[in-house]
Amino acid sequence: MTRFVLHRIGFYVLIAVLLAFFTVPLLWLASAPFTSDPTYKVRLPDFTSENFRAILDNPYALGSLWNSVLLAAGTAVLVVVFAALAAYALSRVHLPGRDALLYTLLLLSSIITGTAAMVPLFQLAVELHLIDSQLGLILIMTGGLLPAAIFMMKDFMDSTPKSYEESARVFGASPLQIVRHVVVPLVRPGLATIAVWAVANVWGNFLMPYLLLSDVDKQPAAVIMYTLYTEGGQANIKLLATFGLLYSVPVVLMYLFVSKKYGFRFHGGIKR
Amino acid sequence: MSAIELRGLTKVYPGGVKALDSLDLAIPDGEFFALLGPSGCGKTTLLRTIAGLETATGGAVVIGDRDVTGLQPGARDIAMVFQDYALFPHMNVTDNIAYPLRIKKVGRAARQQKAAEVGARLGLEQLMDRRPGQLSGGQQQRVALARVMATQAQAFLFDEPLSNLDARLRLEARTFLKKLQHELGVTTVFVTHDQAEALAMADRMAVMESGHIRQIGTPAEVFQRPANTFVAGFIGSTPMNLLDGVVRADTLEVTGCKLAVPQSAEGLLHDGEKIVYGVRPEYNVYSAEPVDGSLGGNVSIVENLGASYLVTLDVNGVLVQAVVPEGHEPAIGDEGYALPRRDRALIYRDGELVSA
Repeated sequence: MTRFVLHRIGFYVLIAVLLAFFTVPLLWLASAPFTSDPTYKVRLPDFTSENFRAILDNPYALGSLWNSVLLAAGTAVLVVVFAALAAYALSRVHLPGRDALLYTLLLLSSIITGTAAMVPLFQLAVELHLIDSQLGLILIMTGGLLPAAIFMMKDFMDSTPKSYEESARVFGASPLQIVRHVVVPLVRPGLATIAVWAVANVWGNFLMPYLLLSDVDKQPAAVIMYTLYTEGGQANIKLLATFGLLYSVPVVLMYLFVSKKYGFRFHGGIKR
Repeated sequence: MSAIELRGLTKVYPGGVKALDSLDLAIPDGEFFALLGPSGCGKTTLLRTIAGLETATGGAVVIGDRDVTGLQPGARDIAMVFQDYALFPHMNVTDNIAYPLRIKKVGRAARQQKAAEVGARLGLEQLMDRRPGQLSGGQQQRVALARVMATQAQAFLFDEPLSNLDARLRLEARTFLKKLQHELGVTTVFVTHDQAEALAMADRMAVMESGHIRQIGTPAEVFQRPANTFVAGFIGSTPMNLLDGVVRADTLEVTGCKLAVPQSAEGLLHDGEKIVYGVRPEYNVYSAEPVDGSLGGNVSIVENLGASYLVTLDVNGVLVQAVVPEGHEPAIGDEGYALPRRDRALIYRDGELVSA
């Protein structure tokens, strides 16, 4: 009995230490923006709004957050639409060499948005006049995310029984109606997953927008964050912490929303 | 409502597997027709080819007076219940039942009224707002049935309609389905691998084996006079005794016993030819005393069937089964005699029934 109790105590202490390790940075992020003179330590805030006023005075801060939203949303929409259509086709039509194609795409995708492809991508963007263009960036990010998205989406499609679609077909539904009425609602959790994943990827990407967008007015928050220095060339902790909080709130909100709306899966209707 | 006719229907899968081999079949208007066979015999392929979910390699499918062979499933005016019911999990019962009408561009109010009407007929009134996941297996099946009823199609196709229900519910559903089909009078084809289900529900049935139809007939015909040894062995909850024998003038010699020629084969046999003697255990009259023209041996197994017993006799090394009413069952090792009923026993020559 005592052995068991000691065991449990030890277990919870370990959990607590691990938790603290990951919680402290989050606590810092929550408290530092409300502290007049933040350091790297977590302290009780004095609830000043001074730092927020300062970040609002920065001419690029709010605009960059909006840019981030545009880039993330645009990429997510393209990725979801293209991945869903491609995955549906790949899941339902048997092509010779389908799996080889999928794995090759997946392998290449890690190169496309990876550091190795930076120079050719830059040159490509210049040739296509897509340099310093948000659309160009969205297209390149979409290309980078698509293979993995198709791969994940195909898994969702594969796990949807065909008899749903056949049933709709016998009732006379056209292929487009089948996709709209049956397939999309069934894989909606999958679509939401892909969308969140795409947004999170774009939101946190620094290198691509840093290289491809030179106009400060077009740059997203991840790049603007990099410019928050004091006159002395030191990282401006006040602004960094405050901007960091603003930068993370949208992603947290999106996660909560999607998890509430799609964080469940339908069951039943097919007897297993 | 329409008749269904298949003419020389052939389906060859890529890779050369012949699932259906030139089938001819006519199902009259309003009939409840069973496709029965072991797994892999092509019965589901046949149903799916009628539905249009598989394209025929050759031959024609005619529904009513329309050749629908080249038509899409949706243009054939048929409705299908899938083995897993395929109810859309994101729609409630009303929307599921009304879905075929939504495709036909029926207005929302009209189709909801129709769904309510059909749902009420199948006792689903209380469940109309539920999702399929919140229904029991039996309820899901009734929703699937309501959905095909709402289509008012020319013919219904059921793929193994009872296989997803548990045993007790299956019997109930069997009676329910038969009654419903009778009331609706819609030509209905259903697939099953369970011979008892086919016998119980169908007006007529086709027994299939590896892409061929081996016999078409009413359940009574198929049960009493299987056209060949395959059907004889497949139909019946206790398999038919199929015993090798030789014709000896006016009698038969079967596993060392002398048997009379069954009525169905009288005057059709030749002296000295080899035959297979078939008799169902139900048509073997058991006796503990020696009887002329019976199969005599020692009791090796006695199985309880409920109101009767299945007795297995060892007749000179060949096992022969007979059904014995309760209260008369012998003990293992007893001497026993099985007298086949002359009006029910059958003779097979080269696997085919010998009959006038």
